Amino acid sequence: MTTTTIPHHETVYPKRPWKATKADLIPVFAALAVAALLDYAVVAITPMKGKLAYALLFFVFGAGFQMALKWKKLGRRAAVDSLAGSVAISGAVIAFVPVLSLLETTIVKGAKGLSLGFFIHDMSVANYQSPLSEGGVVQAIVGTLYLILIATAISLPLSLLTALYLTEIKGKASGFIQFLVQAMSGIPSVVAGIFIYSALLLTTSLRGSTIMAALALAILMIPTVTRTAQEVLLLVPADLREAGLALGATQWKTVATIVVPAARNGLITAVILGVARIAGETAPLLFTLGVSNKINWNPFSGGQSALPYYVWSGLGDGTELGIDRAWSGILVLLIVVLSLFATARIFGTRKVKIK
Amino acid sequence: MSSSVIERAVPEKRVLTTKPRPSDVAFRATLNVMSYSSLLILAAIGGFLAFRGFGAFKENGFGFITHSDWSSIVDNSGKEVNTFGMAAMITGTLIISTIALVIGVPISVLTALFLTFYAPEKIKRALVTVVDLMASFPSILYGLWGFIVLSPMATYWAKLIYKYLHWIPFLNVPSPAFERSPFLAGIVLSIMIIPIVTSVSREIFGQTPLDRIQAAYALGATRWGMIRAVVLPFGASGVVGGAMLGLGRALGETVAVYSVLNIVFKINWHILYGYGGNIASMIVQKFGEASFTEKKALLAAGFVLFVMTLLVNMVANTVVQRAVKSGK
Repeated sequence: MTTTTIPHHETVYPKRPWKATKADLIPVFAALAVAALLDYAVVAITPMKGKLAYALLFFVFGAGFQMALKWKKLGRRAAVDSLAGSVAISGAVIAFVPVLSLLETTIVKGAKGLSLGFFIHDMSVANYQSPLSEGGVVQAIVGTLYLILIATAISLPLSLLTALYLTEIKGKASGFIQFLVQAMSGIPSVVAGIFIYSALLLTTSLRGSTIMAALALAILMIPTVTRTAQEVLLLVPADLREAGLALGATQWKTVATIVVPAARNGLITAVILGVARIAGETAPLLFTLGVSNKINWNPFSGGQSALPYYVWSGLGDGTELGIDRAWSGILVLLIVVLSLFATARIFGTRKVKIK
Repeated sequence: MSSSVIERAVPEKRVLTTKPRPSDVAFRATLNVMSYSSLLILAAIGGFLAFRGFGAFKENGFGFITHSDWSSIVDNSGKEVNTFGMAAMITGTLIISTIALVIGVPISVLTALFLTFYAPEKIKRALVTVVDLMASFPSILYGLWGFIVLSPMATYWAKLIYKYLHWIPFLNVPSPAFERSPFLAGIVLSIMIIPIVTSVSREIFGQTPLDRIQAAYALGATRWGMIRAVVLPFGASGVVGGAMLGLGRALGETVAVYSVLNIVFKINWHILYGYGGNIASMIVQKFGEASFTEKKALLAAGFVLFVMTLLVNMVANTVVQRAVKSGK
């Protein structure tokens, strides 16, 4: 028996001669470090103070040093290129700083008021000036769930049918309908609220209730769900439709038993994105929801509560305790919205599956 | 062996027809009809608001959009005297939205450039998720954060700007009151429009034809040279469209602006000064205690807002669509 040496296969990585080597990076980071030190020194000895001064000077020094390095090594054009890079990075940093601040403040300020009692009590025995250990959000959570369920039940059929019209029938009006759906996605939420008010509440004996608010929210949900559903349905391979028709199925059978099931995960994503869009809407609720400080199981009459409305009331109360309560409410709302968002991602990343 | 005639059931000859089955007729008819639901909703919104607000339009005429008085009082004889004018609110809305665009669009374009041409793949993927996340934050969160966290900072910035730039007319203030100014509302809105403007710009930048990018590099361009010569001219119309979508959002934003702005019915050109106007917030502010007539006037104001945002959005969508198509 002869032993053969198995050729050792190495994974070949593409070489990138243009990539910065470690030797290239040392001066870059050294310059940044010097810039930081200088930044600190200048703020300490001159009258310029505060975070703004730190940020501005760090940008000036950091970008300046990088420019100088490039200029020395590669000339003027490289220096301009380096400045543009610094500006782009700074722009991105400015865009993302508020997100960090938003999340940080919400978690720090909101966590204070969270306790088991906050989730199981309603506001019937407490008001916004009560200490946070009294009263809670249970009625708002129930209200928000109700609103989500009813708004979905109203908007899903309309959205799905519109999306199917755009992808399956592709009729003469497709372009026009598409245009309208996009126009609809620009409706301000306050307009949806006052529309329901003017149409159903202003001159009738009806009062604000869950169903009214859900109608307003459905208007805001329809364009989001329609557009996402349309994108997903377009991903279903045309082969599947043709196969269905070739086997003698009617278009209705093909759509109902092949196309829609194939796009199921995507359609779930569409609904979740729609729900995430409306879960935090406040403005429409101000005109249509009525008020309730305890759980109202009847969606057709009587006021209702909801998480965004709870936050709104806390903020409107204006006292320190009221605002603390608002922060706790917004933390709960944010957790709801972010979990919806994460679920949509999980469903959305799965490819269109064919069984 | 007995022979028997085997009678076969011969199926009837198949009739070939292109006539759709009843199920399909019903299916297609349903879709055809239901697809117009969006038209119905838009028409109903416009129709109802205009119908309810008609009285206010008729009574105040053009004054409804050119005057700044908004009052509903009961005089001595018990008669209700109404004057409704939205000039201050419309101007205020436009001023705040302009501030939001001036601050938000450059930051968004830079972020989009960073994400498309500078960021490493992993960072890019994470940050794109964060941008999507930002878009899904409830507006009341921005309002609360703007009121509690941003407001003191923005007041400080406003004082700094005033100190060094007060010779510019609109950066001057009649008296040192910097709280709850259009400037603050503009900053809050600029943060709220960053996600939409960034994602539209990113989409357009990402469609820049690769051959043009490579041609620029082959001719010796630096990265910035390439961006300036290829990406920006190619993406300009898309960025404009994205900015307009952002404008549409900014015009109609309610809760966030209401939380941080001091609403006064007087046109204020001094953006650092502590009051301003905003149609959507004004509707929320006045609605609770409004009489029947005033409510109708507020619905008329809603109609004005609806028409403004609808027009801006329609133009924006057309511009974006054209830009996206040109890249394909």
